[in-house]
Amino acid sequence: MWTWFHKLSSPPHFYRLSASLIPWFGWLAAALIISSLYGGLVLAPADYQQGDGFRIIYVHVPSAMLSLFIYMFMATAAAIGMIWRMKLAHAVAVACAPIGASITFLALATGSIWGKPMWGTWWAWDARLTSELILLFLYLGYMGLRSAIDDTNRADRASAILALVGVVNVPIVHYSVTWWNSLHQGSTLMKKGGPALPPDMALPLFGMIIGFMCFFGAVALTRVKREVLVREQNSKWVKDMVTSK
Amino acid sequence: MTFMEFLNMGGYAAYVWSSVGLTVAVLIINVITARRAVSQELARLRGRYTNEANTGASQ
Repeated sequence: MWTWFHKLSSPPHFYRLSASLIPWFGWLAAALIISSLYGGLVLAPADYQQGDGFRIIYVHVPSAMLSLFIYMFMATAAAIGMIWRMKLAHAVAVACAPIGASITFLALATGSIWGKPMWGTWWAWDARLTSELILLFLYLGYMGLRSAIDDTNRADRASAILALVGVVNVPIVHYSVTWWNSLHQGSTLMKKGGPALPPDMALPLFGMIIGFMCFFGAVALTRVKREVLVREQNSKWVKDMVTSK
Repeated sequence: MTFMEFLNMGGYAAYVWSSVGLTVAVLIINVITARRAVSQELARLRGRYTNEANTGASQ
């Protein structure tokens, strides 16, 4: 276990591992997203209340879930970087931020587009919407803080603290629909007494969620590769690899 | 269901297709920018190492 952990934390090993994993995640993501979009937009029946408008769920729910997942992933990586002083973990956290920001924007935008026909408004200062907007500002703040500090080690520590403090917002986003009387509807996937959706509606949604996770895996590993190259540019293995091609 | 009915999305066409289109765009932009970041960094490093080799300097 520890030798595995040690090996994984070695940048050249991680770089090669990433390079071999990226195509798997990437093609799996493409296959799942395309087939689930077909299942959700074509095969699934229309909702009895929202008609075909409910189909926005297939892009909104996966992006909202991924926006929270990426944040937890980023904060965990930052914590590992702080506790064990592992530089690779900081590189992973840095790679997550721009992806997280774009997916949070996507969750807000698709939610807004869904809100217009169903609630009659693009935006409301509701607990769920506001806490998701704060999530976007946390990602942007993380990136802004890093770009303001030249020294990589100091940027790693300062941004890790920001990422960890921001974790308090994650349960707020998640439970906002239960804690407050929200305009936003409750969880569609998990309800007491089993799933709230029939299988032909739920299956494309699950496929889409897994597809989004694989997409994140592929893009995050690609960004980690870049981050490792920058951080290890004075090491022999990077020089050998770059000049040998 | 005809193809026109599918495109019409029960009257929700503007909402459904704009959110699907936006999603596809955000995903593709993520892939392109991440891949470009790697290739730009590789190109920058290649330039740096050749430059050092030519001048005999190493930092």
